[in-house]
This record gives sequence, C-alpha cells and structure tokens, in this order.
Amino acid sequence: MASFNTSKNLPPAPKIHPKSSRDDRMMAGAIFVIGLYLVIALALPLYTMLSKSFTTAVFNLQNYEFQVNKGDGWSEPVSGYQINESLSLLKPDELITSSDGRLAATTFFPDFNFRSKTEYRLRQLDENGSFLVGTQRIADTEWHTYPANKFRRIVLRPSQSSGIDNYITYFSTPALFRSIQNSLFISILTTLITVGLAFGFAYALTRSRMPFKGGFRLAAMVPILVPSLLPGIALVYLFGNQGMIKEVLFGEPIYGPIGIVIGSVFFTFPHALIIITTALAISDARLYEAAVSLRASPWKTFWTVTIPGARYGLISASFVVFNLVITDFGLPKVIGGQYNMLAVDIYKQVIGQQNFEMGAVVSVVLLIPALSAFTIDRYVQKKQVAQISSRSVPYEPKSNRKFDMICFFYCALVAVFIVGLIIICQYAALIKLWPYNLNLSLANYNFDVMDGGGWSSYYNSIKLALLTALTGTLVVFFGAYMVEKTNGFLFTRSAFQFLAMMPMAIPGMVLGLAYIFFFNHPDNPLGTIYGTMVILVVCTVTHFYTVSHLTAVTALKQMDREFEAVASSLKQPFYKLFAKVTVPVCMPSILDISIYLFVNAMTTVSAVIFLYSPDTALASIAVMNMDDAGDIAPAAAMGMMIFYTNVIARLIHLFVTRKLMKSTQAWRTRQR
Amino acid sequence: MSALSKDETTSETTKNTPFLRISRLTKKFGDFVALNDVSLDVNEGEFVCFLGPSGCGKTTFLRAIAGLDIQTSGTVEQANVDISALPPSERDFGIVFQSYALFPNLTVEKNVSFGLENQKIPRSDIKKRVDELLELVGLPEQETKFPSQLSGGQQQRIALARAIATSPGLLLLDEPLSALDAKVRAYLRHEIKTLQRRLGVTTIMVTHDQEEALTMADRIVVMNQGAIDQIGTPTEIYREPKTLFVADFIGAMNQVKGRVVSSSSVSLGSLELKCRDHELPVGQEAVIAIRPEDIVPHKKIENSSPQSGNSFNVKVEEMEFLGSFWRVQLSDELLEGAHLIVDLSINIVLQMNIDAGNQISIDLPPDRLWVFNPASEE
Ligand SMILES: Nc1ncnc2c1ncn2[C@@H]1O[C@H](COP(=O)(O)OP(=O)(O)OP(=O)(O)O)[C@@H](O)[C@H]1O
Ligand SMILES: [Mg+2]
Repeated sequence: MASFNTSKNLPPAPKIHPKSSRDDRMMAGAIFVIGLYLVIALALPLYTMLSKSFTTAVFNLQNYEFQVNKGDGWSEPVSGYQINESLSLLKPDELITSSDGRLAATTFFPDFNFRSKTEYRLRQLDENGSFLVGTQRIADTEWHTYPANKFRRIVLRPSQSSGIDNYITYFSTPALFRSIQNSLFISILTTLITVGLAFGFAYALTRSRMPFKGGFRLAAMVPILVPSLLPGIALVYLFGNQGMIKEVLFGEPIYGPIGIVIGSVFFTFPHALIIITTALAISDARLYEAAVSLRASPWKTFWTVTIPGARYGLISASFVVFNLVITDFGLPKVIGGQYNMLAVDIYKQVIGQQNFEMGAVVSVVLLIPALSAFTIDRYVQKKQVAQISSRSVPYEPKSNRKFDMICFFYCALVAVFIVGLIIICQYAALIKLWPYNLNLSLANYNFDVMDGGGWSSYYNSIKLALLTALTGTLVVFFGAYMVEKTNGFLFTRSAFQFLAMMPMAIPGMVLGLAYIFFFNHPDNPLGTIYGTMVILVVCTVTHFYTVSHLTAVTALKQMDREFEAVASSLKQPFYKLFAKVTVPVCMPSILDISIYLFVNAMTTVSAVIFLYSPDTALASIAVMNMDDAGDIAPAAAMGMMIFYTNVIARLIHLFVTRKLMKSTQAWRTRQR
Repeated sequence: MSALSKDETTSETTKNTPFLRISRLTKKFGDFVALNDVSLDVNEGEFVCFLGPSGCGKTTFLRAIAGLDIQTSGTVEQANVDISALPPSERDFGIVFQSYALFPNLTVEKNVSFGLENQKIPRSDIKKRVDELLELVGLPEQETKFPSQLSGGQQQRIALARAIATSPGLLLLDEPLSALDAKVRAYLRHEIKTLQRRLGVTTIMVTHDQEEALTMADRIVVMNQGAIDQIGTPTEIYREPKTLFVADFIGAMNQVKGRVVSSSSVSLGSLELKCRDHELPVGQEAVIAIRPEDIVPHKKIENSSPQSGNSFNVKVEEMEFLGSFWRVQLSDELLEGAHLIVDLSINIVLQMNIDAGNQISIDLPPDRLWVFNPASEE
C-alpha cells in the first residue's frame, strides 16, 4: 500500500476546464432560444399578472387642488378631497379603480357648464400623479389654467400602490369569495362521480371478456373531441326551460350545480378513464394467481389486490379531474346560470366589469387549488412509475358469463350517456326551431347571419389548430430533445423542465389574462402580436405544452442514451443524428403530439377567450357567443362542426400512423 | 490504493513515449470520488483491459478518456497531444457500448457508414469501405438488414465495424460482450482479439469478467473503488498479485488468517511457514494466501514430527469432482479450524489413492505463499 501512495503527497493535479464543442455551443443556443420562448410565453406574463393582483389604483383626491375664477378673481385653492367631503359626491369605494381608471374633473363641480366663461385652475401635487387633458398627459406639479370648454376634457388618473388591498376587497365581497366554495364543491363532487364511473368502466374493460370493448373505448373518448361547453348545450335541450325531458328534474333548474356537474362528468370522463385503465392494465397477473391459490374470495381479492394496485391511478385521476373541473370556464358559462364559479368570475371581472386587477386576484385564488392538485398528482405519478416492474405479467381475464353481462350493460349505459349527449346536439343543430318547428333544415349552419364570427371563425379555428400542431410539435419536441440529450447546463435544463411542467397547473383563463397584461402593455415591443393569430398560437401551444412535452420526453427516454456519444465519436454533428435517427424513431410520438395539439386547439375556449379579435374569432368561442346571444341551435351546429373536424383529424392521424408503422415495421419489431 | 509510482510504469513501457498517457486523473460526482488520482500509460497497439467489480469506476475511467464525461482534474495525452479538455468530437477514438447503440432505423450499411459521411469521401469509396469492414467482422452481405434482424453477437460486430470505420487511433470497448451468452462470448473474444492484432489499433476494454481480461489483454489494469490496484500482464496479475484484493478478485485463492513471525515467515495455527518476503510488522495479524493449484501433495510424512519446513500432514475432508480435476478440501488440528482447498489432477488422485478421510501431506512452496495485510481490504 504505502509504496503506491507517492502521488497522494503531491499537490492536487490542476482542474480541467472542458472545452465546449461546436455541438455543445449550438445546443446551448437552442436551449436558450426555447427556454426564452417559455419565459416570454409563460413566466413573464404570469409574473406580470401576479404583480397586477397586488396593484391597487385609487383616485387620491388629496393630490389635486382646484381654483375657480367666475370673473371676480381666483378663489382660494381647495383640494378635491375637501370638495368631495363637503358636497358628498363620491363614496370611498367609488374611488377604487383599475389602473386604467379615469375620473372627470368636472365631477367636483356639479354646476359645471362648458359654455360658461368660468376659468379653472388645477394642479396635482404627487410626483408620480398625473391628469389628462384629452390625450395629453400632465405630470408636473405646476398650476394650469383652463377655460370651461377645455376643463371638461380633463380627467384625473389614479395613483397606483402595491399591497394586498385587492385581496382584502375580494375577501370582503361575499359575492366573490363564495365562488371558492362553489368551485370546490362542484370539483369535488364531479371528481367522486367521474372517478367512480371511470373505475367501473376501466374495470369492465380490463377484467371482463364482454363484447364490444373496442366500441366502448371509442365511445368513451368522444368527449375529448368537443369543447367542454357542448354537453351544456345538450343538457339545455334535455332539461332546459323547454327541455325534452325536463320533468325528470322535478322542477329543479338545470342551470346551476346540477348542469355543471353532469356536463363536467361528461367532459372529464375520458381523462379519468385513460389513467385508470393504464393503472389497471399494468397490474401484475401473478398477484391474482397468488390470490386464487390462497383461495381468497373475489371480494377480498378486489380489495387486497385490485384496489391497492390501482390506487396511484385512482389518486392521479382524481387530481386530474379536479383540476379540469375547477379550471373549466366554458361549461359553467353556458349552464351555470347564477351559480358563480372562479373561472367564470375571472371572465366577468375582466370582460364584464373591466376590472383587470380583480380578475388577477381571482386568477391567483384559482391558481392555489390548481397548483396543489397538480403538485400532488406529479408526486403520485412518480410513485406509480416506480411500481411498474419490467417483470410483471399482464393479467388475462377469464370468461364469466354473468360478470361479463353486468359489465356490458354498465358500459352500454355510460356509452349511451356520452354518445346520447352528442346525438342530441346534432339533432338540435338540424331542427328548425325547437320546440315549435321540428322540421329538419340546415338553416342553423348559416353561421354568417349570426353573432359569433360566422364561418370565418370556423376557418380560423382550423388555421389555429394546424399552426398550433405544426409549431407546437416542432418547439416541444426539439425542446424535449435538448433537455433530455444534452450534458451539462444543469441549471438551465432544470429551469426548463420546471417551466415545461408549469402550463399543466395554469388554468387557461389565468394564462389568457396574463397574456393581456403582458402583451397588451404599451411598453412591450411584442405587443404587435396582440390581436393577431400569432398570439393565439403562442397561447395555445403554451397552454398544452406539458402533456406534449411529457409525451416527447417519454419517447426520447426510450432511445439508447449513447447515440449522441457514438455520433460525436464519429465526428457527426448532433443535428444529423437528430434528423436521421431521433426523429424517425420517435415519429409515432411526434404524430401523437401533433394530433393532441390539433384537437385541443379546436376545442379550447378558456385561454383564447381574452385574446381573440374580430379578425381571429374562433369556432369554439363562436359556440359560446352564439349560445350567449340565445342562438342555441347554431351554437350546437358549430359545436358539431368542431366534433366532425376532430374526428376527421383523428382518422387522418390513425391512417398516417398505421401506414408509418407498416413501412417501418422491419426495424420497429423489438428483438432482444 | 493509488497510481503506480514512476519506476514501475517505466519498467513495463518501451523506450519510446507511450501512445496514451494518463496522469493523475480524478473524477468527482459532487462529493463522491469515482476516480481517485489514477495514472496509466498505454503503448501503441496495446490491448489493455480495465478489470474490477461493479461500481469501481471502470466506465467512468473509459468515459473520461473518451471525453464523454471529462475528468475533474488530471491530464490525458494521446499521440503526444494534450487532449484533456477536448470534447469527444475533437478526439480520435471509436467506441462500442454494452448496448451497442446501433441506430435501429438505419440498415447495417448505413450504421457502419454513419461516420464516413460528410467527410468528402466519394460514395463508391464509402461502399467499398463498408464491404471491407463487414468482411473484416465476418458479416459480409448483411448490408440491407436492420439491427433488430440480427442476433446479439452480430449486432455487436456491426457496432465494432462502425467504431473502426473511420480508422481511429484508439478503440474503446465498454463491456462489449456482457450482453451475450457464454458460447458467443467465447467466440467473439477470440474474434475481437484477432481483429485488434490485425489492425494494430490501441484498444482499451472494460470488463468485470476476469476470464475475458486474462484471455484478451496484453495488460490488465485491476481497479478497486476508484483506484488502480495493479497493472500488469495477465500472468503477472495472476501469479504476482500485489494486494489481497487483486489476489482475491482474480482466480481462486486460499485465504487463511495467520500472524507475521518475520519478514519471510508467518504462523498458521500451530505451524510456522516460510513465505514470500513482505513488509508487514512482526506480530501483526495477516492473511495468508495460496492458489489451490500451487499446493503440492505428497505421501503422508511417516515420522514423529508432522511438519518439516512448509510440508505438513492434513486430513482430506471433502472431494468434489469438477470434470478435469478434483477440488479437495483439507483441514487438520494443526490448522486450527482453517481449511485449505487444493486442485488435484485425476491422475494424482488415483496414483496417491486420495480419498475423503485419508491423511496426506502437502507442501506450500514459500514463493507461492503470500502474506497480505487484512486491513488493505475495504
Ligand atoms: N453521473 C454520475 N453521477 C453520480 N455518480 C456516478 C455517475 N456515474 C457513475 N457514478 C458512480 O461512480 C461509481 C463508478 O461508476 P462506473 O459506472 O464507472 O462503474 P463501473 O466500474 O463501470 O461499474 P459496472 O461494472 O457496474 O459498469 C459508481 O459508484 C457510480 O454510482
Ligand atoms: Mg460500467
């Protein structure tokens, strides 16, 4: 030993600072660009929104002083505050405004007449305060003199301060904070129902040998292809004031919690089903064999093998459903009636009351349950992955006539519910005037005569969906490749990972509102994209980033980790490897990402509701607007157009994937 | 255990400077030291094996040489150029991984020619070179197949062809045979060795299989917990292990507890045996080691003293027939509970009429008897 220790006594060898290769630098650049995209499209807008929620704008009347000259010399200076007090003009809460608030100076002179010869003098005392004369901004603290005719064009601007005043206002307004309770109630109730129903359905699919499994699977996936507000329209036709079977509700209105819950169960069902089916499908057959050999009763086996095996799936599905419901906007908007929910509150604050700050506050409130659900779900999913062992044997159900029949009828019932709602929408769309004229016609498809954007909104939607699918797939896949396959840049990569996971936790309404704050700011040079198709694409790609990213990462993880090492040892640039190997091998996943983005871009309402302009109206929004305007049948018709478009898109996707798999079958079949 | 001192390395090196000169390499992952100050010289055309148990840092060492995970400190020089900080793309090596990392969507031909493209080589020359390479690895006329259509051994050879396609100065192999079954492995061992000789390419192979290392390597680097324990030819490593770890890791070795008596003798039970010279202090507990095949059997010593020099009587406890030889377990009161294993040819067993329960005498040749410090383990 001792004899080899010589070098231990030497000073340590100098540290090596690795030289970066051309590939390293290019990849660093690429990570930077895509990271920058996420910062601009996600982090900065959210930050702006957050700071907005803490910004209060108040007309500080102490800051303004007035003098009047009615021809007999200037009066003593008097502050706006003193005038307001003595004449009791505005109440304190009327002085709270948004950052865009304006208050006419003439408010303080009830006898003001712009034809009079009276002159007015005005100054403001705050360094940061200002008032406007028409569009001209006066920010100094000098006296300014105006004739009456000009004085009427003067508006006071609020002074901004930061603090939690908005939150105080929020929590002292029962009409607002009651929504928290409502949202939680609806989300939890829906979660229980959906997860229960989906578990039964998944159980039947994986544990029975009932017929028509493929058909049931297909039917269960239908809700993914339509906007979440479409079931609302079907429910109105069924149970609304003139509904086909409204008696079933015994006089209870469908508008409100009942409608929201039924509709939410409809649109969240496939999401829960996918997760739970996966969880049940991976359970290990060996455990069942063990249970049989121990002569455990089916009931006991169910509780000791099935449920524990699927528990992570159940928990994960619960959080996903909870999140979908609490962040959904379209459905409660259509069928919520007077029942307030958080996501709709954001809309009402921003569009209805133009109170952007309060919209931001509600957004932050909505973020809390959404973020928590997301965090717990991520945690649980990590556990589930660890649970799958490569050696487990898939379970093969045995035939059991009675059990199979029960399963079949149960699934049939659920499928009828889902497909039924869609058929009702289609029926509604084709009827001339429910319930008076039941003749069939295509009149409801004459969108151009309705409010909502007409056929062009449909074409806009297709354009948006195609652009989103194209650019989104490119950005997402390339970004995922960069984080997965580069070495070094540890900080950048983890920051990127974090940003890529975030969109899933951000409700669409919140993202859309954040975009208003960020991109519509006069000082933002990127503001030029506001009101164009570009911002809709950016917003939609960002909104659906996470699932796409995870799909890409999963595909990339299945590639041999050493491909990059081999390529660099052969002195081939990474982009050659990327183009010749990575992309072809991952093509099925790439196609999956693009169809996912396409379908979601067709159906999304929440994120884009704040961002469309008359030129870029979308089909999904047209559905909502037509419904709002009372044109329910055309709304249903447009909703069905979205459905058929998505069906066609999926068929194309299926066809292309099949074809691809066939032509690459030679090397895709795994051998070892 | 750390790097070898200068004089030892030079004694094994030829006069001209080595092709690859690695000095004082350290690699840390956070606080964990995966490679601790290792040095190694490799001559041109040499076949060197890194041998050691799982997790000892073999792959880490190889990847540092390749520049795939550059060392924290220390230098690597190849062909007299300091390449310590260079990225892999600016170094001159070919590499084969345990997984082969063949591109699944490219044909054999495209896999092999991957490194030949973009090098301003005419298409026809590339084709010729690919044919030549496939011939070389014994897989002609497989160009149009995909990797998944080949057996594991064939895939391995394609990976090799791809790695040597650009005629690199250095070939790095990380456990290239461990994913194959025993028969294919034995065959490919020979194939790779022949190929390497023919090309004369300097080669470093990582393995945890001692047989692989002993049969293929010109020199073996035995690694243990991020350090080099010994560097030497297969016979040196086998016959002259420098540490208990090396002695234990390679081949079979009897190990019994004893105590140092002098710099050339040691006590075992109630016996005192002559052994190789060592530097352990007198009176210290030590591990006495001898290979089973080095123990020489004799007829029982039939005089009053049961011991003369390093020969003494023992009882045959158990015999295990292993086909070409017998593995015999010995013990005796003299050994005080220790057992010795000896491998005996079938002839000897017949001639000497050795059977369980018999007494025989054995001789432990002093120059085959090592004394190691037990503390040097762990
Ligand atoms: N990227 C890394 N981060 C942290 N620790 C690492 C990393 N790579 C390797 N190690 C650690 O360094 C040690 C040596 O690893 P290395 O892969 O070199 O072992 P090995 O000798 O090749 O083993 P095996 O025979 O199992 O391949 C191990 O303890 C391993 O856990
Ligand atoms: Mg290794």
